[in-house]
Amino acid sequence: MKKNWKLLMEIFFTFLKIGPITFGGGYAMIPVIEREVVNKKKWIQMEDITDVLALAGSAPGAMAINSATFVGYRIAGISGALAAMLGVLLPTFLIVIALSIFYLHFKDNPKVEAAFHGIGPAVVALICLAAYKIAPTAIIDKTTLVIAGLTVVFLLFLHIHPVIIIFSGMLVGICLVKIRTRLGGHTRIDGHKKEVG
Amino acid sequence: MILLELFKTFFIIGLISFGGGYATIPIIEIEVTAHQWMTTQEFTDIIAIAGMSPGPIATNCAVFVGYQTAGFAGAVASTLGVVLPSLIIILVIAAFFTKANKNPVVQSAFYGLRPIVVGLIVYAAIKFAVSNQLIGPVSLNSISLLGIFSLSLLALIKFRAHPALIIIFSGIAGVALYS
Repeated sequence: MKKNWKLLMEIFFTFLKIGPITFGGGYAMIPVIEREVVNKKKWIQMEDITDVLALAGSAPGAMAINSATFVGYRIAGISGALAAMLGVLLPTFLIVIALSIFYLHFKDNPKVEAAFHGIGPAVVALICLAAYKIAPTAIIDKTTLVIAGLTVVFLLFLHIHPVIIIFSGMLVGICLVKIRTRLGGHTRIDGHKKEVG
Repeated sequence: MILLELFKTFFIIGLISFGGGYATIPIIEIEVTAHQWMTTQEFTDIIAIAGMSPGPIATNCAVFVGYQTAGFAGAVASTLGVVLPSLIIILVIAAFFTKANKNPVVQSAFYGLRPIVVGLIVYAAIKFAVSNQLIGPVSLNSISLLGIFSLSLLALIKFRAHPALIIIFSGIAGVALYS
């Protein structure tokens, strides 16, 4: 039991160090996990990282948190998963709290207001970049193009909640592929596997 | 009970946040404006700060919204809410379905899901462009904003500039142009 605590603390502190590096998307963190968890601590093997990547990228949630949780589970079960998740979460949580306090204090300052007025279009550009990056792996034929277009229309004009759209999208995907296979067709269902972190 | 409402809202957001942070932004935006926790305009500031901070952008937004709405306890409630679904799903997958993403049904679900993620992000871009006066009546203001937008996008795509750098530079441009 005592040894277990020691291992959990070690997992927690390892991911505490990794946490602040997850700057600009979870994929930035993968080489660091490799170095710390595979090379230094020898907790898991290189081959496992591939599994971690594939699952962490396709499960809902942030890539960084998902992969930490998954690696933690591989090392020490459920308690390991919790230790790794809390470790990776804590530093950024505290940093964002500090920034919130700062923002609430200064947001009415005219200089800060002007800065944010300029940052607005940059945020729109960042969002466009995310779409630009993910589109080639997602829009691979006419059907997927129509689905993407319909999603925008449903959200903008009919104000349908994303939950409904997301789950019907999955259902449509399953049905379409089934129908096409039954008709003897074939659907290329995976583009390149990666998603934006 | 505001804490419970924050937890519940961000739990649902966490459950459906497929495809990375920027696909989650429109979902958070819809929820925070529906709850009247903040306006789309205010939420743009939050994204900017969340994008500059280390850590996942969706989780950072959760911390921010929670803190602004109900202080430290609010931040804890919304953060736990947004990460709990990931934790549960990852544990279930890790314990039982390590090869889940090789399953044909899962793959065809993703065939339908991925374009929706793109649609969500495009919707977010339009929504934020409108609320930040990027789309609207032509004026000196909207033209300069479009200038910042185009330069940012060019730097991001062509020169692979770091997002944090883009936010900092556009902030400096904002101070120079609008104060």
